[in-house]
Amino acid sequence: MAKSRDPESKPEKGLSRRDFLSRGAGVALTTPIVAGVGVAMPQSPAANVKILGPAKVPVALRINGTRQNVSVEPRVTLLDALRNYLDFTGAKKVCDRATCGACTVIMGGKPVYSCSVLALEAQGKDITTVEGLAPNGKLAAIQAAFVENDAQQCGFCTPGFVVACKAFLDKNPSPTMAQVEKGLGGNLCRCGTYVGVRQAVLAAAKTKGG
Amino acid sequence: MPDYNWPEPSKRTLMGKRISRLDGPDKVSGKAKYTYDIKRPGMLYGKVVRSPHAHAKIVSIDTAAAEKMPGVAAVKVIQGPGTEIQWVGDEIVAVAASEECLAEDAARAVKVEYEKLPHLVREEDLSKAGDRLKPAAEQVTPEFDKAMAAAEVVVEGMYSCPVIAHCCLESHGQITEWEGEDKLNVFPSTQAVSALAQQFAEPLKIPATNVSVKMDHMGGGFGSKFQADRWGIEGARLSKLAGGKPVKIMLERDAELMVAGTRPSTYAKVKIGAKKDGTVTAWESTSWGTGGIGGAGMPPFPYVWEIPNKRMNHTVVSTNTGAQRAWRAPNHPQAAFVTMSALEDLAAALKMDPLDMFLKNVPLLGPRKDLYKEELLKAAELIEWKKKWHPRGDTTPGNIKRGLGLSLHTWGGRPHDSDCKLTINPDSSVSVEMGSQDLGTGTRTVIAIVAADTLGLPLDAIKVNIGDNKYPRSGSSGGSTTVGGVSSSTRRAAVDALDALFKQVGPALNADPANLEAVGGKIQVKGDPSKSVAWKQACAKLGVNPISVIGKQPDAEKGKLADSGVAGVQMAEVSVDTETGIVKIEKMVAVQDVGYIIALKTAESQTFGALIQGVSYALYEERINDQFTGKTLNPNMEFYKLAGIGDIGNLVVHMMTGPAQDARGVIGLGEPPVISPGAAIANALANALGVRVPSLPLTPDKVLAAMEKKGGLT
Repeated sequence: MAKSRDPESKPEKGLSRRDFLSRGAGVALTTPIVAGVGVAMPQSPAANVKILGPAKVPVALRINGTRQNVSVEPRVTLLDALRNYLDFTGAKKVCDRATCGACTVIMGGKPVYSCSVLALEAQGKDITTVEGLAPNGKLAAIQAAFVENDAQQCGFCTPGFVVACKAFLDKNPSPTMAQVEKGLGGNLCRCGTYVGVRQAVLAAAKTKGG
Repeated sequence: MPDYNWPEPSKRTLMGKRISRLDGPDKVSGKAKYTYDIKRPGMLYGKVVRSPHAHAKIVSIDTAAAEKMPGVAAVKVIQGPGTEIQWVGDEIVAVAASEECLAEDAARAVKVEYEKLPHLVREEDLSKAGDRLKPAAEQVTPEFDKAMAAAEVVVEGMYSCPVIAHCCLESHGQITEWEGEDKLNVFPSTQAVSALAQQFAEPLKIPATNVSVKMDHMGGGFGSKFQADRWGIEGARLSKLAGGKPVKIMLERDAELMVAGTRPSTYAKVKIGAKKDGTVTAWESTSWGTGGIGGAGMPPFPYVWEIPNKRMNHTVVSTNTGAQRAWRAPNHPQAAFVTMSALEDLAAALKMDPLDMFLKNVPLLGPRKDLYKEELLKAAELIEWKKKWHPRGDTTPGNIKRGLGLSLHTWGGRPHDSDCKLTINPDSSVSVEMGSQDLGTGTRTVIAIVAADTLGLPLDAIKVNIGDNKYPRSGSSGGSTTVGGVSSSTRRAAVDALDALFKQVGPALNADPANLEAVGGKIQVKGDPSKSVAWKQACAKLGVNPISVIGKQPDAEKGKLADSGVAGVQMAEVSVDTETGIVKIEKMVAVQDVGYIIALKTAESQTFGALIQGVSYALYEERINDQFTGKTLNPNMEFYKLAGIGDIGNLVVHMMTGPAQDARGVIGLGEPPVISPGAAIANALANALGVRVPSLPLTPDKVLAAMEKKGGLT
């Protein structure tokens, strides 16, 4: 029914990816099929389009100013690449579907949920993780404000929150409380540290370079 | 014998002050390594095949395809053919592979055939529960019937709160690896570092001394992380099958929400008898609830109030859902919600201000009634109760209605057993070792504060080593027992170690060791800074022998440093949009006593956090199961909703401090402040709307339905 609005469902011949998936489900999904998910599929394969995977492909990421090379299947997310294939474990895997913000990194100047970006897609963009905010061991203003205002308990949401706050403050250097509450609504905490986070953001905004 | 008592306020350098948590810098910079972050050499990723059915018998399992998948190192059947599965998400097969995505592929390739059996996953309608009901024995006082018959006013109500989940942000799980045939290393996400080895040892048939348990940081437990868990034991077996290689199993979010712990539901019909002046005389409740296949016990009805005449009946409903676990203050939030709602409904029927009615019934508040009264008045002042309160139903024109509500609570919070090893080294360094754990509550910080303050040293002079079962045993972190336990054992260890150091230093100062004190990085004659020796030089006198002592809790000979039993009052101000039914928190006030407070900043944080968790379960949280399919409909964080930063309003925390609190000793804080928010918020909503919304969470559909039932606005 939604076929006309689905750019991936118009096969030139044979099976569409969608048909293939639904028929394939009966015999269990295997690597090659899953690996296609998220990779842009051409409506009509043209000679100049490069198909990647399902095997591992080299991926070059620029993380905190340094080039990092990994070899991952195309289906691997930026978050999994950071955590499992490199050693950037500041970004956390919590909801794994772009709801909670624990995996937030800054990509191309914008905060993104790294659980919902493919490592492949992140190539050629500057990626800043929480590890990159205090490169010389000196905490950034927002990090120091998190400590001072105790904007953390178990701390599992904290790195994602810190990165989201940094990106927010870059865009809103002097936010109001209402802007803080709206702008940081994409990060969830279970211990209940929002009072500290609100104070930390407002405090860091007063410090130059928040 | 040295003086172990907590120091007088004038002598405290760190205790009771607002001090930032020690591990804060590591947490904000991503350096803190949680269990989920650990990568061991050659580590495999484990994934679990779970039952899609709530009740079924396993007919067959075919792992042949999975075993041949790329990267797969081991496949282990957890529950074999013939096993009856009792809840959706239960563990059937585990696989381990070299990469996470390959493990996922292998798990998908496992074929399990089930024979579906009839299930029950919903409990709100007892008439549909068939033979799944287990009524408990009635509890009744001798004069109940007479008292209820004699009541001048009788109010009845029906209240309910659903099953909710712990939803720890770091899901449950661990890394397990073998050294040789019989030595196991476990890196768990746990609330029970010292207790876990035994749980692994028994099923794996190895000595508990061969199990090493290590954890630096963990991402939330809230009562759900005391066990080795089946995925832990099976993870160890999977690791063995893979030649001892490390296997990491961390639950996926859906599993976390389906099988890793819930708070039981409570449904309660309540009848309260009272005099016309608001004196409560009789309580009757008929309640039920589910906590999974094993059911759930009755919440402590009537909550806190010692109503003289009562009759209680409770029925446990066994459902095909993942089992309950202790959820922060087990059963108390449900009891508070039902009891305080019923009492405020009584006040409304009597056209009384509920604050006045609560104050009138203060004699029913047991041994801490005077404290409750003080806290009620303090909270009322902070939320401006007398200025803002109006009779039930805000008559202000417009679609935004505001209201106030209140609740009170209690908890034990006794100290758990704890051994603390404190060492003063000849090089002047000091370390504390304890098999405890910091859940984000500030345990590390508490230990450091107590040791440093006692030894007259700065905070950073203390190296705190916890999170390893090679250290002296300390209790699990549950029931608000940690702070009393670790602070008492640390205090005793520090005092004894200092006493030993005084004995070494005394001759050099020509002083009786009993007449020395440790102040500002020096050992000096009491009250005489001119006769002193710096800490470093004092320690140098130890030669090659460090001072190493074990402080214990309990240790009756060395005084009482901790206690149990707190009160606590909370008030909420909410607004509700009568056109949309959306409830908004305007302000909440928590007034909390917790005895002698060691770490004020983290104590306040924990109380703010409890209020926020309370907002979350009052307004948003509910695990929804579908009776038709037996499945959990919201095992994810889009639809299992948690409060966000914009949902919490203005929160005020007032910790009770001063000599009366200090005299009680240290009492745990984790549970108490999370008990009242649901009740206070629901009462505030009733006050705003003019009608009770009787069921948590207070979602817009229920608000609109309650208004419709009442016949529109007042």
